[in-house]
Amino acid sequence: MKLKKFKHYYSTFIITAIAVIFTVFSAGIGLEKSTIYLLEKIIIAVILAVSLNLVVGFLGELSLGHAGFMCVGAYLGGKFSAIMLPNLGNSALNLIASIIVGGLVAALCGAIIGLPALRLKGDYLAIVTLGFGEIVKSIFQNTSRESFGGALGLETPRFDKEQLFIYAFIALIITLLVVTNLMNSKHGRAITSIRDNEIAARATGINVTKYKLYAFIISSFFAGVAGVLYSFSNYNIQSSKFGYNYSIEILVMVVLGGIGSINGSIIAATLITFINTEFATILTGNLAVLQNLLYAIILILIVIFGNSPALESFREKYDVKKLFAKIRKNDPSTINSDEAHWDKIPTKISMDELFSLDVTNNDQNSVLNIQDKEGK
Amino acid sequence: MEIITTIINGLSIGGIYAMIALGYTMVYGIAKMLNFAHGDIIMVGGYTIYVTMNLTGHPLIAIAVAVVFCVILGVTIEKVAYKPLRGASPLAVLITAIGVSYLLQSLAQIVFGSAPKMVRIADMGSLKIGSLKIQVYTLVTLVCTIIVMICLTLFVKLTKTGRAMLATSEDKAATQLMGISVNRIITITFAIGSALAALAGLFYLLKAPSISNTFGSMPGIKAFTAAVIGGIGSIPGAMLGGFLLGIVECISYKIPIIAPYTDAIEFLILIVILLVKPTGILGKRRREKV
Amino acid sequence: MGNYVLETKNLGITFGGLKAAENVNIKIKKNQIYGLVGPNGAGKTTIFNLLTGVYMPTEGTFLLNGEELKGKSQEAINHKGIARTFQNIRLFNNMSVIRNVLVGLSNLPEYKCNLFESIFRLPKFYKTEKAMRDKAKELLKIFDLYEERNNLSSNLPYGKQRMLEIARALATNPSLLLLDEPAAGMNPNETAELMEKIRLIRDKFDITVLLIEHDMKFVSGLCDEITVLNFGTVLVEGDTKTALNDPEVIKAYIGG
Repeated sequence: MKLKKFKHYYSTFIITAIAVIFTVFSAGIGLEKSTIYLLEKIIIAVILAVSLNLVVGFLGELSLGHAGFMCVGAYLGGKFSAIMLPNLGNSALNLIASIIVGGLVAALCGAIIGLPALRLKGDYLAIVTLGFGEIVKSIFQNTSRESFGGALGLETPRFDKEQLFIYAFIALIITLLVVTNLMNSKHGRAITSIRDNEIAARATGINVTKYKLYAFIISSFFAGVAGVLYSFSNYNIQSSKFGYNYSIEILVMVVLGGIGSINGSIIAATLITFINTEFATILTGNLAVLQNLLYAIILILIVIFGNSPALESFREKYDVKKLFAKIRKNDPSTINSDEAHWDKIPTKISMDELFSLDVTNNDQNSVLNIQDKEGK
Repeated sequence: MEIITTIINGLSIGGIYAMIALGYTMVYGIAKMLNFAHGDIIMVGGYTIYVTMNLTGHPLIAIAVAVVFCVILGVTIEKVAYKPLRGASPLAVLITAIGVSYLLQSLAQIVFGSAPKMVRIADMGSLKIGSLKIQVYTLVTLVCTIIVMICLTLFVKLTKTGRAMLATSEDKAATQLMGISVNRIITITFAIGSALAALAGLFYLLKAPSISNTFGSMPGIKAFTAAVIGGIGSIPGAMLGGFLLGIVECISYKIPIIAPYTDAIEFLILIVILLVKPTGILGKRRREKV
Repeated sequence: MGNYVLETKNLGITFGGLKAAENVNIKIKKNQIYGLVGPNGAGKTTIFNLLTGVYMPTEGTFLLNGEELKGKSQEAINHKGIARTFQNIRLFNNMSVIRNVLVGLSNLPEYKCNLFESIFRLPKFYKTEKAMRDKAKELLKIFDLYEERNNLSSNLPYGKQRMLEIARALATNPSLLLLDEPAAGMNPNETAELMEKIRLIRDKFDITVLLIEHDMKFVSGLCDEITVLNFGTVLVEGDTKTALNDPEVIKAYIGG
């Protein structure tokens, strides 16, 4: 009973344990450079996936501009640390301050883009965020050599690798704690209520704009944090990396892990990053092109098997969650959290526009007038 | 005089965007999905032209082969990847489309390598009217796109199939009850969209005769933007959005201070238009009933 | 005028050229159960939508406890004290039963707790969370939903979903509760139970109820007063028995 209270924090505990193990290892026998780099990559991917899940899974809005927020964080955080270098050197203080600055600037961008854009319906929000990402990319690409490096990219200070990965782990743990705590509070419930039924949420007194903005800002903050970590991990950042393709990569992690499931995001981000890195080391030379092909095929197959209405009975039979529940003799209909299976989570990418040849745009009210006559 | 050339160039590139945007808009309006792989059909069309040009050397054969090949490809993709997901969450379909996009790009990379290939289709030279110098291919592109659009509009307006498309978009279930096969309509939609993408690939190659496996990404995303600006689902909207975006792009390239930011400006226009008119210029959306 | 909980003054709305509601004057006294009846398309749900801020009235206004609420946002109107249910049930389907009610409680001043306190789990968070859960359990017990509190709300049977929707609306501590066809799809036993429940909550929570219903037995058995609408205008209003026996009303319902 006591343990049940901490159910939501299992993943955080596990990751803390992993962090401690790796820290001990690196202090003791030392870790290979490539292992540390891979760890950092995974940590960054997990932070990105978990923070995007906040918007896509819990708020139910589709964002295709997560890499844009990451880009802002990476550049501003990286620049800040470079400016502070003469004063602070490559100390932990500089590292932490830059991470916070990067996160805050990204959060500010989230507020600026979110405030007007969140009025839009789901799929349009996706397009606006995609546009935002491309705008950010284009702006940083055309900066001068002295300010943000322009097309050549921005060099960031070199922090001690072993120190960096420990702070990355800490950032990850904080991300998980914040997101878990948020989702298990009244603010989180308000956010999920908007996802489930926006009209009912309004009628229940939820300030929809405010909570949408909360989710959006917190999500962009952590995207910014991940960006700063990325810039320190790679020593150099190039804005061309942060196009919509990168946002989509993060989205794929969220979707494959299970929309609205934090643990799912962690697992998917870890596995995808790990497998991609492994593929890249195994498939060298002429075989390198196979990496993307395999990735694409696996992606399509997983989504079709996971979602095809025709395969419903097949999935019912082999539902891992239900099998698990059977073993533990739980009643599968009771739940303790909102982590439902992802195909059941409504995302508000509603595809309801009409195909038309009309050159005149009907007044919205008159469309509403035909539809809104009282139903039966 | 400079300005006239710029506008003609803009209309020509806008025509290409409009053609791709029509594919997005029709698929969105009828199959209710964001076909992220649409841009890559352009790329496949381009490579088909490249191959047939090398084999036969005849542009018209190349164009015909490209259109046929893209139609077959588009319909196959729909049958294999999207049809099993009909009725599933829109997000699942979106992710599959992204998967298909990756698949086409990596296949192209495997077959043709990552180095760009040069495709010379036809050298049309330029035309001089007074002090006005216009590239002939821009005029050809413009005229062809306008013809295609008129044909498409007439097709949807006058034929039975076209009207069935409008009906399918309005209400799938009711259309089915009227004895129309929704599956067939969706297949036709994908076929038309893919044929337009192949043509867009051709015109893009006339403009910039070099092709790689990401050839379709940027025009694809720009055309998508155009479709949304015009109001996704609306055929005139896609045309309007395409031309608008093309002209903005060409004018922006002419002004040195903002030229590097052209992409940013186009997306900025998208954002501003959506904030003023949340469904695009000519878009229509069903309202949710309370 | 102070003794009316809800007072609408010439309330009306026009969509394009269509008058969906016109010149609607309703006066509801405190603790009344008031019925809004009329044939399909009479504009009943439209009036609910006007009263909850979904639509902005094009004519007239309405007052809650003497305060004008016209033009306020949906959430602001809810905070002022109007809560509603929907004709087609709108629950938070992917959330447990208790969470549905907790969402309703979250805007009450007594459970104030800011984002910072929630994220960093300050003592205030635990205090309000405990208080909210206790209150939610209390509400669920009234509606016989306590046992199912951890179930997914979409897994509840239909009748219980209706009850949960009412419980969620009540959680926002309204002074006026709007029920849109609460008995739709219920069998006679459930309907009788629902009538009891509505009376019970009126007394227990000291609220006023305005409801839309097609079941005339339900209306005549429960409502103190009614307004009959037809084609967006008020046909008859007043005492339930008299109004229902009015020849105009009978004509509107069975034609002729």
